[in-house]
Amino acid sequence: MIALLLRDLTLATRAGGGFGLGLAFFLILCTLVPFGVGPQGGTLALIAPGILWVGALLACLLSLDRIFALDHEDGSLDLLATAPIPLEGVVAIKAAAHWLTTGLPLVVAAPLFGLLLHLPATATPWLVLSMLIGTPALSMLGAFGAAITVGLRRGGLLLSLLVLPLYIPTLIFGAEVIRRGAEGGSTVTPLAFLAGITAAVLALMPFAAAAALRVNLR
Amino acid sequence: MIELGKYAGTVLAAYGVSLALLLGVIWQSVAANARARRALEAQEKNG
Amino acid sequence: MSIWEYANPVKFMRTSGAILPWAVAGAALCTVGGLVWGFLTPEDYKQGSTVKIVFIHVPAAMMAINIWVMMLVASLTWLIRRHHVSALAAKAAAPVGAVMTLIALATGAIWGQPMWGTWWEWDPRLTSFLILFLFYVGYIALWSAVEDPDSAADLTGWLCLVGSVFALLSRYAVLFWNQGLHQGASLSVAEGERMSAVYRYPLYLSMLGFFLLFLALLLIRTRTEIRRRRLAALQAREARA
Repeated sequence: MIALLLRDLTLATRAGGGFGLGLAFFLILCTLVPFGVGPQGGTLALIAPGILWVGALLACLLSLDRIFALDHEDGSLDLLATAPIPLEGVVAIKAAAHWLTTGLPLVVAAPLFGLLLHLPATATPWLVLSMLIGTPALSMLGAFGAAITVGLRRGGLLLSLLVLPLYIPTLIFGAEVIRRGAEGGSTVTPLAFLAGITAAVLALMPFAAAAALRVNLR
Repeated sequence: MIELGKYAGTVLAAYGVSLALLLGVIWQSVAANARARRALEAQEKNG
Repeated sequence: MSIWEYANPVKFMRTSGAILPWAVAGAALCTVGGLVWGFLTPEDYKQGSTVKIVFIHVPAAMMAINIWVMMLVASLTWLIRRHHVSALAAKAAAPVGAVMTLIALATGAIWGQPMWGTWWEWDPRLTSFLILFLFYVGYIALWSAVEDPDSAADLTGWLCLVGSVFALLSRYAVLFWNQGLHQGASLSVAEGERMSAVYRYPLYLSMLGFFLLFLALLLIRTRTEIRRRRLAALQAREARA
């Protein structure tokens, strides 16, 4: 399993693997928003939590179809399906690799993007914390969506239609953590909900994703 | 004639939109069913 | 005699063919009756004549949720017991559910414009209906995107399962995010909170009508799907011969 994780990480970081594209997309989004809403710091600070979380969702979405598509094309997914490790494990590992290559860089870079959007300094730790807790759920849900659409032509558009509604609870609680953090309020409740969603998703979605994958490999 | 008062436009628009949508889905269902039945009958006659 | 006998397509076609005229007649009678009766109700002292919209809005909203639940049950039946009729019924129900959601949203917006002074408000109930509509759209899109019918049934079944959990989760997550403008349940059991009988009885009739309308449409659409499936099977056999 560790070998599989390392293989996926190497593939993603090698040239053409798309590593960093998500980050660049996030940067562009944070650059575009001030052009759209105007450069006033107050307005930006007000909408920054939402923009940062929506940006994270979209950046995550960009690389989702890569989770299974390449392996499906060259047949290595069929090999993995017959390998001794359960398919649920494969799914979990692939989602973990996706998180390490897109989610984790977003978490690390988020404070910088927060600066761009005039996010108050008091909210920055909450930004990092909420992203750290929330983004694994995004990768795992995305793996489910990718498993459903893996065999399809024009799957990319459908993938975003299927996955984005599933991101709504994470988005609500993630942005709420930052908003409350910025106001100095109590962040315990949304953080607990956010963590609860992530834990449930990590525990249950590998089974749904593996089931969908088995259907597509039939 | 029944008096709708100042909200006549609102009420009629709501009923109009809803009935249009309902009739649309009813028409689509019936038409698709008739099409499928005709195609199936033609196939069964040939086969 | 068990309920699973109706999973046989031939048996389903025969039974549904017998029920269908009654369902159509009942749906026509109750829907038209309920809506006409509702249209003739007196004006509400606060809402004026816009109260008449409730006879479409509430039944449509009720069916929008119930149809999704029915799709969930049908999907589970397919995933567990592999009855084709069940998967086809879930597929047949989805567009009707999407239309019901759209009607609930549209009538709500038209009513909200004079009453709340806005077409749209990010109120929990409104928002969760919008989310429900997105789930319907995704479900229908997935059905039309997958070519192999059995794979499509499996994948949409899983999507329906996961989507149900997340639709419910979103329903309560949005409560956390915004407090609502929307009034509470229209049909409360507690006396005093209930709407007056003048409005209640036409509403019951209209709800029954919408339910029967869905039943009739569901039977028609499932029959369509079975016929299409049979046609495809016959064509495949002919191509082989």
